[in-house]
Amino acid sequence: MNYRMAWRKSVNAAMLSLTGLCTLLTVSVLFFILGYLVWNGAGAINWDFFTKLPKPVGETGGGMANAIVGSAKLLLLAALTGVPIGFMGGVYLAEFGGKTFSFLVRYTTDLLNGVPSIVMGIFAYTMVVLPMKHFSTLAGGLALGVMMIPIAVRSTEEFLRTVPSSLREGALALGASKWKAIVTVVIPAALRGILTGIVLDLARVAGETAPLLFTAFNNRFWSPGWNQPTASLPVMIFTYAIAPYEDWHRQAWAAGLVLLGLVLLANITARVVLARKLSSVAG
Amino acid sequence: MKKQWSILRGLLIVGSLLAAGLLWQAQRSVAAPAAPVLLNGAGATFPYPIYSKWFDEYHKLHPDIQINYQSIGSGGGIRQVLAGTVDFGATDGPMTDEQLQDYKGKLGHDILHFPTVLGADVPTYNIPGFSGQLKFTPEALAGIFLGKITRWNDPAIASVNPGVNLPGNDIVVVHRSDGSGTTYVWVDYLCKVSEEWRTKVGRGTSVNWPVGLGGKGNEGVAGLVKQTPNSVGYVELIYAIQNKMPYGTVRNSAGNFINADLASVTAAAAGAAKEMPEDFRVSITNAPGKNAYPISSFTWLLVPATIADGAKRTTITDFLHWMLTGGQNLAEPLAYARLPKEVVSKEVKAISRIR
Amino acid sequence: MASTAVMVEGAPRPGRVRAFLLRLRSGDEVAHLITLVFASAILLITVLLVFELYRNSALSREKFGWHFLTTRTWDPVFENFGALPFIFGTVVTSAVGLLLAIPLGVGAAIFLAELAPPRISDALAFTIELLAAVPSVIYGLLAIFTLVPLLRTVVQPFLKKHLGFIPLFQGPNYGVGLLAAGIILAIMIVPFIISISREVLIAVPVEQREAALALGATRWESTWKVVVPYARAGILGSIFLAMARALGETMAVTMVIGNDPKITSSLFAPGYSIAAVIANEFTEATSDLYIHALIELGLVLFVLTIILNGLARLLILATQRKGTAHP
Repeated sequence: MNYRMAWRKSVNAAMLSLTGLCTLLTVSVLFFILGYLVWNGAGAINWDFFTKLPKPVGETGGGMANAIVGSAKLLLLAALTGVPIGFMGGVYLAEFGGKTFSFLVRYTTDLLNGVPSIVMGIFAYTMVVLPMKHFSTLAGGLALGVMMIPIAVRSTEEFLRTVPSSLREGALALGASKWKAIVTVVIPAALRGILTGIVLDLARVAGETAPLLFTAFNNRFWSPGWNQPTASLPVMIFTYAIAPYEDWHRQAWAAGLVLLGLVLLANITARVVLARKLSSVAG
Repeated sequence: MKKQWSILRGLLIVGSLLAAGLLWQAQRSVAAPAAPVLLNGAGATFPYPIYSKWFDEYHKLHPDIQINYQSIGSGGGIRQVLAGTVDFGATDGPMTDEQLQDYKGKLGHDILHFPTVLGADVPTYNIPGFSGQLKFTPEALAGIFLGKITRWNDPAIASVNPGVNLPGNDIVVVHRSDGSGTTYVWVDYLCKVSEEWRTKVGRGTSVNWPVGLGGKGNEGVAGLVKQTPNSVGYVELIYAIQNKMPYGTVRNSAGNFINADLASVTAAAAGAAKEMPEDFRVSITNAPGKNAYPISSFTWLLVPATIADGAKRTTITDFLHWMLTGGQNLAEPLAYARLPKEVVSKEVKAISRIR
Repeated sequence: MASTAVMVEGAPRPGRVRAFLLRLRSGDEVAHLITLVFASAILLITVLLVFELYRNSALSREKFGWHFLTTRTWDPVFENFGALPFIFGTVVTSAVGLLLAIPLGVGAAIFLAELAPPRISDALAFTIELLAAVPSVIYGLLAIFTLVPLLRTVVQPFLKKHLGFIPLFQGPNYGVGLLAAGIILAIMIVPFIISISREVLIAVPVEQREAALALGATRWESTWKVVVPYARAGILGSIFLAMARALGETMAVTMVIGNDPKITSSLFAPGYSIAAVIANEFTEATSDLYIHALIELGLVLFVLTIILNGLARLLILATQRKGTAHP
């Protein structure tokens, strides 16, 4: 009995430290990446970066103001298209779905997730750019929006399902109709997780380059409205990073930092705005 | 605590709305005044630096004109031109007869090629212990890229580099993984100097490489060559110069080993200039001339022969005129060779074909 | 209480239509209908996507038929296209990526959810989520400057010396290759696994843990035998997401995989993945057959994802146990 207990205790200690090691390993790699970005990009971040347009090769300076605004517009459009579809789809799967139809929807969502970003870009190209005969912010936003759907669906569904049935049944017992129970009790209870998923989703599409190459294209100037090509941070990073100019390299790293900064801001904003709802749920 | 939270929330919401509004205003106010002419172009990556310089300078001269050029690749340029999604294209490899007919069939009029500048590909290498300039014969280059010459001290390389202590290590070949005009120029040259290459591999912006690692973009190739001992690859001349990479000389058809630079590249075009075809589609790799650098190339702008929009048509023709005069002066500081005089005068005449 | 029956599909008889319209008056049916419409939108978009892929690969499918899947050549000049090397590269790099990322990711998620103090856990999770936003290109550049030299000078020679009897670790050593691509994929997908698994683990009701501990389990046993199985579905979901991302990842992979469409038995050798070749050659492809062949590759990747997803789901069903969050 003692021997068995000692064995279980040592397994306990070993496995727990192993998980600690996993965390240490992943976190240190990730911090290394952040550090690398900061080290290389911080020097190029100045007021010009945020306010000026890009300069052609050979001239130092200039900035990525149009790319920052362009990325913001693209992400807004992506969120407006991807999040509602994904969220509602997730709610359907978790709360209303019948067996076969749900299976079908779940399966296709996983498939959609596996589509390479460049194929998504080609799809948006044939569906939006060719008929419009124009590269546009609209096409880029839609491509990113479709890419957002799978993760939004998955996280919504998963986290709705983690809500214990006791909460649901409690609401129903108090006389709420099903949809009222969902909106007032179940969704707020799962909101924290859903939000994590959606912010992760937004973060991921914010950095996507391939779908934008054929849709939003790129633009050296400001992009008026929604139906002209627009610059965006990922595409600028891509273009600058693979060029031979030192100044452009530094700007690419800086753009990477700015992109992360934007995502961080979105993350913080979302959490703060929904703080009340989040803090009301235990655990 | 709750109150502070809600104040913070309110501030954040207001703050983000304000920022968004400011950015929107800034964007609108900076946008060009009075009916700006917006042109979109796409294509070759090889001349991207000089094109971006040109369009920027032109915008400074004409603030109401915005020409937005994006380098998505020569093939991309040709395709977008065929699809009608851009106003003009750019390519390092001229369109084939088939593509020209395709264009005419789809859009009802012709498309014209306009040479803009000249560039070159150079062989770059990384041989541990050797920092000088290596000489390459056409046979050596073809053999290396075919995978038949596998060691650095092979007689084909050693015989033209006496006094250089070449190691017996295996050669690591590096090529472009992405389709590119740079590749097109390189394999076009190899096709001309090696029958085996022509029949086995052929020419194109992407080919089925017999051996080697693929690097993405010039940066990818340069990076791989720099990091991999005993490697050899090809990059654009301006790229090698900008990044201070060692590159070798190549023997031209006259038998001289030529170092790629502005003079030798212009010399390569000079021979072709006299017999330039009407449509300007010509390959100048392995050009005749004793000082000609053999792996040189024109790069072209693709402009529709019929442009319905009057403002766009005037803009393009004006730009082309400027490009052939003031624009050419901006080429050399960026390591692109200017067009020979004969070509310039032929092009000026050709501009009038745009209706 | 309003009825929550599943809506009837198929040709409605007059009586049923009236009943349906009547039921619509209740908020539940409206909610059901609205969410159903959105869910159907997802199906519609995917079907449209597949249809477009199918239509735009017609030339290539006609010319090569099933041989496309077994041919090893990829020759744009002589227009002979085959998908096998790319399928191989995609599967191998994703497998390596998942093999590395799953234990690391789940392990780290367990640590963050169960052992770390909440503040630290939150702060670290926050940072990890941020890393999902780092563009693929930057991962690629980082890999070229740091990972590849590390592999070439330290890791791969080490593996060769000690494990060189396994064919996986033989052959010339360039630094770039299948192993490099697998490792960078692992780094890119691990934030997804950690982030979502951690949230799912946190959501496990505290009663489950306490019950296990009350029965005398050690911390580890309570976690591994009770909490994790309860959160199984969510963790597996995050792995699915990770796998999908690994299969479709483009930029970072193409910068370190060597871009050589060959099939070898060594992890050190260069390879090529479907997403990488599409990204590399699509912009320059001019002939219709070439473009169609590339799009057919996209279709192949799609089908590959279907198959792998299907296999994984079968695996889950086969090992399904009671006592999880899903009924």
